[in-house]
Amino acid sequence: MAKGIYNWIDERLDITPMWRDVADHEVPEHVNPAHHFSAFVYCFGGLTFFITVIQILSGMFLTMYYVPDIINAYASVEFLQTKVAFGQIVRGMHHWGASLVIVMMFLHTLRVFFTGSYKAPREMNWVVGVLILFVMLGLGFTGYLLPWDNKAYFATKVGMQIADSVPVIGPYVKEFLQGGTIVGAQTLTRFFALHVFFLPAGLLALLGGHFFMIRKQGISGPL
Amino acid sequence: MAHGHNSKEKVVYVGDSRIRKRSEIATPPDYTSYPGKSEAFIPNFLLKEWMVGCVMLVGFLVLTISEPAPLGYPADPTNASFIPVPDWYFLFLYQLLKMPYASGDFVVLGVVGIPGVLFGALLLAPFLDRGKERRFYRRPIASSLMFLSLIGVIYLTVTSWMGYEDELKLTGTTPEHIVREEEARERALEGLPPKSNAAKGTVEVALVAPDDPAMESMKTATCLSCHGTDLKGQVGPSLRGIGDTLTQDDILGVIKNGKGNMPAMYDTAKSSGLSDEQITGIAAWLAKQKKAQ
Repeated sequence: MAKGIYNWIDERLDITPMWRDVADHEVPEHVNPAHHFSAFVYCFGGLTFFITVIQILSGMFLTMYYVPDIINAYASVEFLQTKVAFGQIVRGMHHWGASLVIVMMFLHTLRVFFTGSYKAPREMNWVVGVLILFVMLGLGFTGYLLPWDNKAYFATKVGMQIADSVPVIGPYVKEFLQGGTIVGAQTLTRFFALHVFFLPAGLLALLGGHFFMIRKQGISGPL
Repeated sequence: MAHGHNSKEKVVYVGDSRIRKRSEIATPPDYTSYPGKSEAFIPNFLLKEWMVGCVMLVGFLVLTISEPAPLGYPADPTNASFIPVPDWYFLFLYQLLKMPYASGDFVVLGVVGIPGVLFGALLLAPFLDRGKERRFYRRPIASSLMFLSLIGVIYLTVTSWMGYEDELKLTGTTPEHIVREEEARERALEGLPPKSNAAKGTVEVALVAPDDPAMESMKTATCLSCHGTDLKGQVGPSLRGIGDTLTQDDILGVIKNGKGNMPAMYDTAKSSGLSDEQITGIAAWLAKQKKAQ
């Protein structure tokens, strides 16, 4: 039955090459921890992606309860934390995952740097990877405000002061992020939109590019 | 399919004649040139990779279950004593801006110059380090710059965190998320239902009978210096809506005996010239302070 459906679709869309391309590529010995334990350093990229998937899934569940306005934001997070079944776990995963993704990305970056894997012909993939790092930091910054407790509020206020002190464009950046002259209701909705729609969209596009390039070029050879 | 040689095909597509058929299928690079045991990604390698993922997931879930995500009290812009702290991965930038040559007159250097050079160099690393050599010990300049940056970032992060902890100790502050958690734990131990902090400071409770002489008495008895001139709370808690939780006698008891950080205020009230009736009047008026239904 499943095979029949698969064949029916394959006949029309020729989907076999798409997944065979992902599935069949060979993994060389020097990146395989089963052969050389020290090759575990090559796992960090995959683990970063794994946690990113966890972040996306847990974030999707959080938005089922979260309300991005200044009256209800805190109340909804508190409700999620104290009343919703497994709410504390899901929020905990999103909270700790945010830190873990930074840690894994940091280790992945160091691995690529110290193995010189960013060298020709993989320059573009490195640049895209650093852009992913920036987007992740942006996600961390915008997500920090959303629980709307004192820590969130005052950290964002400091962030805005820092943005403001950038010459020429600073005040505009600050006003764009704040959505007005103070950190308030507009800021919260704006950060929510950035955190849930704009930045993840950018992240997915960059990840797509990152993976496309690594498939096209293959992993760098042994040192 | 679209390339249409199969006569048994049920659906026939009309190809776009402008697109030439690819002469060869792009094959992913193979590793036959590398000596050693390469294996297929699916299923051989992925099964092993999956185990690494599982080990990490277990560690991650243990962390999640043992340490609930922190949550403090609702944001209160009028709170002047809160010590701001960013998430840990921004601490190095935060600390950098406290350095003498990266703040004040030199803030441009701290906010654009140094981070710009660091992140710019990171972004453009492949174009700055263009040699063919990949081993890090044969690339002394690139490697030592990276090591230096790492040491700098770690130093700044640790300094920033230690500074924050010192500040907490100096001001005798406990971070709000810990206070809230302790409070919740104590309530749970006493068998009380969890209390919501959400309403705090977000919904304005109106004063009942604001023209009552009790307000004047409270000013005389210095109540307002802690509870705020509008009774919205300052050092002490807000008294608006206090009648919902305390009766007149309860309030009189608090005035006479104090509660928590609040000292017994009865003697102060007496010495500032209030009569017993006036003090009872304060308690009676406060007991009337109920949230409008």
